[in-house]
Amino acid sequence: MHVFPFVVVAWIILVGLYGIVTSRHLVHLIVCLAVVQSATYVLLLGVGYVSRGAAPYFSDIALHSRAVDPVVQALTLTDVVVEAAVSALLLAIAVQTHKRFGTLDPDELKELQG
Amino acid sequence: MSPLLPLVVVVPLLGAAGVSALNPLFRRRRLLDAVAIAVAVAVTAMAVVIMVDAGGTQRVYWFGGWTPVHGVAIGIDFAVGSLNAGLAAMTALLVTASMIFSWRYFEQVATYFHALMLVFLAGMMGFCLTGDLFNLFVFFELMGVAAYALTAYRPEERGPLQGAINFAITNSVGAYLSLAGIAVVYGRTGALNMAQIGRTLAGHRPDGLVVVAFVLVLIGLLAKASIVPFHFWLADAHAVAPTPVCVLFSGVMVELGLYGVARVYWSVFGDVLGHRGAITAVLLSLGTLTAVVGALFCFRQRHLKRLLAFSTISHAGMFLIGIALLTPLGLTGSAIYVVGHGLVKGALFLCVGVVLHRLGSVNETLLHGRGRPLRLTGVVFVLAALGLADLPPFATFLGKGDIEASAYSHGMAWVTAVLIVTSIVVGGAVLRVAGGVFFGLGDPPPEDPRMGRAADEETSETGADKGRTPLTMIVPAAVLVVIAFAVGFVPNLGSVVQAGAVRFQDQAGYDAAVLTGARVTRPVALRAGEPTGITVTDVATGAGSAAGAVVLALGALYRRRIPGLRRARQPGTGVGELMARLQSGVVSDYVTWMVVGAACVGGAWALSIR
Amino acid sequence: MTPGLRRWTFLVAGGGLGALLVWGFVGLPGFGHYPGPYGDLLNSVAVGQRHATDVVTAINFDYRGFDTLGEEFILFTAATGVSIVLRELRRERERTAVDEAAGREAPATSDAVRMACLVLVGPTMLVGWNVVSHGQVNPGGGFQGGAIMATAFVLVYLSGEFIALKRLSPVHLTDAVEAIGAGSFAALGVAALALGFPYLDNILPLGTSAGTVDSSGTIALISFFVGIEVTAAFVLIVGELLEQTLLVRGDR
Repeated sequence: MHVFPFVVVAWIILVGLYGIVTSRHLVHLIVCLAVVQSATYVLLLGVGYVSRGAAPYFSDIALHSRAVDPVVQALTLTDVVVEAAVSALLLAIAVQTHKRFGTLDPDELKELQG
Repeated sequence: MSPLLPLVVVVPLLGAAGVSALNPLFRRRRLLDAVAIAVAVAVTAMAVVIMVDAGGTQRVYWFGGWTPVHGVAIGIDFAVGSLNAGLAAMTALLVTASMIFSWRYFEQVATYFHALMLVFLAGMMGFCLTGDLFNLFVFFELMGVAAYALTAYRPEERGPLQGAINFAITNSVGAYLSLAGIAVVYGRTGALNMAQIGRTLAGHRPDGLVVVAFVLVLIGLLAKASIVPFHFWLADAHAVAPTPVCVLFSGVMVELGLYGVARVYWSVFGDVLGHRGAITAVLLSLGTLTAVVGALFCFRQRHLKRLLAFSTISHAGMFLIGIALLTPLGLTGSAIYVVGHGLVKGALFLCVGVVLHRLGSVNETLLHGRGRPLRLTGVVFVLAALGLADLPPFATFLGKGDIEASAYSHGMAWVTAVLIVTSIVVGGAVLRVAGGVFFGLGDPPPEDPRMGRAADEETSETGADKGRTPLTMIVPAAVLVVIAFAVGFVPNLGSVVQAGAVRFQDQAGYDAAVLTGARVTRPVALRAGEPTGITVTDVATGAGSAAGAVVLALGALYRRRIPGLRRARQPGTGVGELMARLQSGVVSDYVTWMVVGAACVGGAWALSIR
Repeated sequence: MTPGLRRWTFLVAGGGLGALLVWGFVGLPGFGHYPGPYGDLLNSVAVGQRHATDVVTAINFDYRGFDTLGEEFILFTAATGVSIVLRELRRERERTAVDEAAGREAPATSDAVRMACLVLVGPTMLVGWNVVSHGQVNPGGGFQGGAIMATAFVLVYLSGEFIALKRLSPVHLTDAVEAIGAGSFAALGVAALALGFPYLDNILPLGTSAGTVDSSGTIALISFFVGIEVTAAFVLIVGELLEQTLLVRGDR
């Protein structure tokens, strides 16, 4: 249990990269990119977990009670927003790509070579 | 704590927000351009002041007033020394030049271009100046998203879309792997501040976690720095991005990736990794491979922007070689070389922009001889090309000389050979373009069947009058070349930068300055045995390199008239073809190569750092 | 590379990368044994220093507020990028755009969906506003609440026609609101500078007790600005993407 969440992180990264590498559809590729990023969420939150710790909100628990690390939660929040932004931009580009190229297969986009 | 430090990032952000919010007021295009240029000039001025102020010491700024408590950093800081301040100043200068170039540039009146350029500027400034690892990631992404959007700026064409996809996906994969590295190092040290992490890690043996964290953080930075095999996206992005944007990609953005590598090593991992030999070996290999591959691809190109892009890749390899030596003189050489290269490459791209505006193409074959009417542009282009070929006394010559000197004094004379040969090849390619396009020398190069229609039918980015070259386009290019030339005459430039490099590499001093506010008073001593000053050999090498480039260019142009070379291979056959197939344009290939590179680099260090 | 070669290359290299990752992760402190000191320090001082019971929001908008400023502008930039990529060009109407699967009619929205969505618009907006304004008290804040409020706008679209969404959030207004939200965050920091404090210092009164809506000084104010910026950004992005589908329908 001590290292299991982190092994899961490695697995998610590899699975996401595999998806990107073997993708035949641009939207699928963008979602696989999001999968790679979600591995970083698991990693961040896993690194900051404190056994039997409460969430770091002290409105209803005593002030110095055991709580998990709030910093990684703030970092994950930033990470989520970055992912939303990048995905939105990439998906918009995918929409236009379909219009201009007529296909969304990355292997078929042959405008730039050499 | 000087208030200028946050302002260099915040002023362009406010400018971008203001330009977007007041969109209806900016019907008059010139007002929009003027505001954007004014912001860029203001940021340049502030950056220069910061650079002068930071000379000889380390300035630290804590955001929100959160100074460290008992050596634990609570907030985010900017940590500014002369090296990163200088890089920031050059960034701002190049952005100003680009904005002046884009005066009345695009057909469509939209505030988006200016807002994006200002955000891009803010992202780059923040990346240069920050001393916090996660803040570095945030600005890396800010820079990145603005860059992806700028690459896709003309979505009515197919090229920009594919270029933006390739760029965005490869750099994002790199960024997320870097973030994983940051999370890992946070798990060990519980800190995000570079100085605090460095201090916590130092004094322990580097175990698997430290090595893996270093590799992961490096992947994103190496991808941004276009080091082989993380480099494939650069040519695609350059081929399709608007010219003023290419100036920034080649002149600054790639170099920022290399700065990140140096920064992360020297401020965080240097003391703990300590195994200098293994680090040098792997980074030198990557740098050399990049320099050679970039040079070879550069010479094959017929698409002007892609040619310049590959030359950037080659130079990025050279800069990495300088950093890889892990000596103050090597770092000094890279720093000066980066400045010279940025100025000269920026000028080259601006001249290509002029060519595109006047002649409507970037295909070297089609443009042969057609550039003769563009006299001033031709002169600027040739001078910039000579600067790229390390002619004395351009700053590029100084920087390369320092790198070669440092390598030589550590028994690695082969580095000098690599640098000279790749410079000749790259310089030769650019001079071939200069001679062929602007002076009509020799014969047009054979068509490249792989180039596709993109360059031939490249629709002009501007719709304006094509009869004459606007001053706003050619003057920035000329000014950049003049500055690159003049930098060579700055007295004691080498020793000033070297002092900054020594301070940059002094991790204990940096930690103390950041975490406890200690004044940096340690006298700066040059390493024993490191040569200083410019010798006759250096000048001869530099001049010889430039001469070699000229000879190579003329040889390429007049190939058909030289009996021995007449039957040289056409592009499209042989080894060159095999190599070119690697640059396939398919993003899945690029990501595969990134994984291969990550595994190789990580494996090499895992086995050698114990 | 051919797809087959690519796959095998990746499997080999990916195996190596995976082994490397696991080798590195094994060195981490075990799951549940966070060593500190950053998180523990902030947990113990944040409530007292900033009168905010939600430590995560205090970190986001105060201790590490500069990160959040950058992140907010990333979203701003992405919305601008989406606008560029999907903007309607004058020549667009003349080109044929192949977007939907041919021969497949899009069914009309059912009345049940419309009613349900219409009823939910108001409560969703309120919940979103609650989350934004109580960010320093409970889990929440500008980003989370902003996303919820943007969802309310999407419900407007689902409950009626796209034109209703467009009337409610015209592009220029949304652009302006987004820019004002982003710019105000940056400007708040500058206000601190003008008063002689470091950038983004918390200069407003902190409230008498921790954990109320008016406590925590600039944190609540920044949360508000971020909330409206995020709402505007998401409405803009979703609106642009929806408009692309409509553009095609208009051509038919």
